[in-house]
Amino acid sequence: MSGSIQDTFFEECEELLEATDEGLTAIEGGDHNPEVVNAIFRAVHSIKGGAGAFGLDDLVAFAHRFETVFDEVRSNRLDLDEKLIQLLLRSSDHLSALVEVARDGGQVDEAHHDTLLAALDEYIPEEEEDLSFEPMGLGGPTPVGDLGGFAAAPVVPQEETYRIRFHPLKEMYGTGNEPFFLFQALRDMGELTVTLDENELPGFDAMDVNDSYLAWDLVLVTKEPRSVVEAVFEFVEGLCELSIVGDHDAEAEANALAALDAMFSAPPADGAALPDPSPEVDSGTAAAPFEPPVPAPEPEATPASAVEKASAPKAESGKQEQRGGPKPTLRVELERVDRLINAVGELIINHSMLAQQIANLNVADLRDVETELEGFKNLARDIQEGVMAIRAQPVKPLFQRMARIVREASAATGKTCKLVNEGENTEVDKTVIERLSDPLTHILRNAVDHGIEKPEDREAAGKPATGEIRLSASHRSGSVCIEIKDDGAGVNRPRVKQIAIEKGLIPENAELTDSEIDNLLFMPGFSTAKEISNLSGRGVGMDVVKNAVTGLGGRINISSAPGKGSTFTIILPLTLAVMDGMVVSVADQTMVVPITSIVETMRGSDDMINNLGADGTLLSIRGNFVPICDVAGALGLYRESEQQAGVYLLVETETGQRCALAVDDIHDQRQVVIKSLDGVCGEIPGVAAATILGDGKIAMILDPESIIAASPTAAAFDTERRLSNAS
Amino acid sequence: MKTKVLAIDDSRTIRNLLAATLEEAGFEYHCAVDGREGVDMYSDVDPDVVITDINMPNLDGFGVIEELRGTEINSKVPILVLTTESAPELKARARGAGATGWITKPFDDASLIFALKRVTGAAA
Amino acid sequence: MQAEVKQTDQEVKHAEHSEFVSFTVAGQAFCLKITQIREIRRWSPVTILPHAPADVLGVMNLRGAVIPIYDLSARFGLQQTEASERNVVIVVSVHGKPVGLLAESVSEIISINPDDIQDTPPVDSRNTMEYIQGIISHDDTMVRIINLDAVISAPEQVLP
Repeated sequence: MSGSIQDTFFEECEELLEATDEGLTAIEGGDHNPEVVNAIFRAVHSIKGGAGAFGLDDLVAFAHRFETVFDEVRSNRLDLDEKLIQLLLRSSDHLSALVEVARDGGQVDEAHHDTLLAALDEYIPEEEEDLSFEPMGLGGPTPVGDLGGFAAAPVVPQEETYRIRFHPLKEMYGTGNEPFFLFQALRDMGELTVTLDENELPGFDAMDVNDSYLAWDLVLVTKEPRSVVEAVFEFVEGLCELSIVGDHDAEAEANALAALDAMFSAPPADGAALPDPSPEVDSGTAAAPFEPPVPAPEPEATPASAVEKASAPKAESGKQEQRGGPKPTLRVELERVDRLINAVGELIINHSMLAQQIANLNVADLRDVETELEGFKNLARDIQEGVMAIRAQPVKPLFQRMARIVREASAATGKTCKLVNEGENTEVDKTVIERLSDPLTHILRNAVDHGIEKPEDREAAGKPATGEIRLSASHRSGSVCIEIKDDGAGVNRPRVKQIAIEKGLIPENAELTDSEIDNLLFMPGFSTAKEISNLSGRGVGMDVVKNAVTGLGGRINISSAPGKGSTFTIILPLTLAVMDGMVVSVADQTMVVPITSIVETMRGSDDMINNLGADGTLLSIRGNFVPICDVAGALGLYRESEQQAGVYLLVETETGQRCALAVDDIHDQRQVVIKSLDGVCGEIPGVAAATILGDGKIAMILDPESIIAASPTAAAFDTERRLSNAS
Repeated sequence: MKTKVLAIDDSRTIRNLLAATLEEAGFEYHCAVDGREGVDMYSDVDPDVVITDINMPNLDGFGVIEELRGTEINSKVPILVLTTESAPELKARARGAGATGWITKPFDDASLIFALKRVTGAAA
Repeated sequence: MQAEVKQTDQEVKHAEHSEFVSFTVAGQAFCLKITQIREIRRWSPVTILPHAPADVLGVMNLRGAVIPIYDLSARFGLQQTEASERNVVIVVSVHGKPVGLLAESVSEIISINPDDIQDTPPVDSRNTMEYIQGIISHDDTMVRIINLDAVISAPEQVLP
């Protein structure tokens, strides 16, 4: 139970940390709106509250310090100057780190922790500091904390008789405290007798309904310690005249009252009299068995009218809420959504199976059935889109995390730069967001490390000392576009080319276009130890970034202008679950080629095919020669039938390299549900995933890029093209 | 009949903690995510006791107390405030506004139930 | 059944008998614990996985899930099975994932007393030694108990 609540806590922490980050970013941008400050205060406060519940003392202590500084800001006792903002940003990062350590284990950077604490303390006035927060302060000296273990108290409990005089002041009735319930709590502790003292009741005419005239004398025989008895009256302290005298502790009375006094240091609202130390138990009054006290002086409305009266204004304010407040949301386990997505995928497959079966029926007039089938298909698509929308999430949290990456990277490299986020509300599939985190982190570190210049260099170049990285997201015709644009120095092309030559990635005499040079960054093996700094390096190159993006079915491009900066553009599919594909056959197997990679399709004739060398062939398309890649050969499949590859799919790779994929036949174009082969088999060169077709059979979804990469003709031709560019 | 609790807190963690403890102890648990929603839900839920946080968006805990005490019908419902601070001035302020009592976060099950018992009589 | 009678006659020395499903692969008798088997299906043509080793026949659709199918015969180093409609696919669960195993035919369900299981005598085939957990005599034939974890290693290691 507490495990799942703890999970909730960490989930909530993520949201609260995001809110904190968001608020601080707004403050950094000059927005010092009190509500922004309040929101941060609340977020940090909530983290503290939750952390306290789980005994995360480090987190509580730091959050408390952080929150206290914010309280100072909130009360206008502190100015949000640049220095403080930077400290708050670093504190927010550290708070995230503390949450991570609490969740995943690991070590807190103690030195950093202490430095920040000390820095925060400087902003906290002396007296606030003295009120040092006790992480597990269960209400300070209140005895309530003992309750959990009072049955197993170390000292053998002695029975004691307490004589309690309880005279509520009229103020007590305004707080919702009921003597009856207090007596009930006492009765649970032992034997209780209650005597109502009506002596103060005035004559009926003189009675003020708002005043309190009743008092009770109670005798409690219990084994509970005095502190527990006193705790019953915790909430009414100051709202009543109270005295508690134990038969055995007459001497200790003064001390007990002193303790009481310290415990309830809150002064009564109207300065009511202190508890009367002298017991006033009138032994002459007959002790009655426990009875409910007389009803409270104020008349009560019936519940029915209560509902009626209160519901009218409620409806109105509810409406307002809908207009102005956030839309109501529903939290659903991800697994349930995924089950739904799978089911809808099956539904779509089922539709195509049904359509195929019906087409095979050989019925003359199928028009009506086809109309209904079309309706079925559209509904299935609608459901699918709806379900996909559930998985879609705004990129905002991801982008906000990136601000921290940029801050850290800037601090590590001695550069100053800020991250500007755009299109944060763009929604992308949850998995895409999760898997974008690493590539984005890498690109941003790279941008700070290699892109943005040192402040002095920037000023010398006539740029503002602070570099700017713009991270934006937008929807673009069925895709999601993520752009990372920096205003740094741009790709150092001569240097990049030199490295590529040194590493043997390109021939020495290669003449490459600017774009081709920029794209060398994505080549495996481009990153070198020499190039890797502590920061962006970490042993991976941009090729890993590219693989991550292509693994998501996306593409990445770079464009750069010397002295002005670089832009990385990542284009991703909206969803990972379905895609549009061309159904083809290859060596008696049905396969699917992603539509996005196909430029055009054509049936080839002999005169279009030209031999090149021993077994290389080129396809001539309107005077251009394109290398042919036989898909069956590339996949190691052999044709049993006579069918020859006679159909060509012209595909284009990221680097602009074109290739004609030779297949046996083209069937149709349709939407297919992507089934991952992860866990089914290892990575298969040339195959991206699988799908289930209308007949229930599985078909491989091809990955044209890797087929071409494996094709000797295409590789040879590509080198030749580069060389021919050189001459 | 079960004792109905309306808990108002913007922290999901605290709401879940309250829910776990209270439901296990046999209370009927309702919750609202901020003061405004809490006050709006009040008449529908018609709780026997309200537990409210102080720092909340839209309407804070003091606002909740003032609004609930402001109408004759609600004026007597016990209201317990949740407070992290053992700071006396917060308690005084809450009581000045009409709070019945307080629960200091972090709370343990026993102290939570004990506080409820003292204001509702619920022997849960 | 017979085995059960035997047990009641004797003192119960060990834990209960376990049920095994026996089947033939390349003419030899093998068996798997019944609890390891999810279902048994008639063979239907599979989709070839490109570049797959000879003992991986391909993948098939099991109620919307893509599951790999292994040729047990080829896996054991025996001849490759020419799969036909008479053959069966035994669906087992390995590391929580369903996997299909092609066998010639399923024979029967046999009850085995753990005490009757004999260690595999050393033979000159490392493959066999690894894949066979033990042997048992049933109706005068030798039935080989398959060590599923050895036959199907972690899925990612299946292909090079």
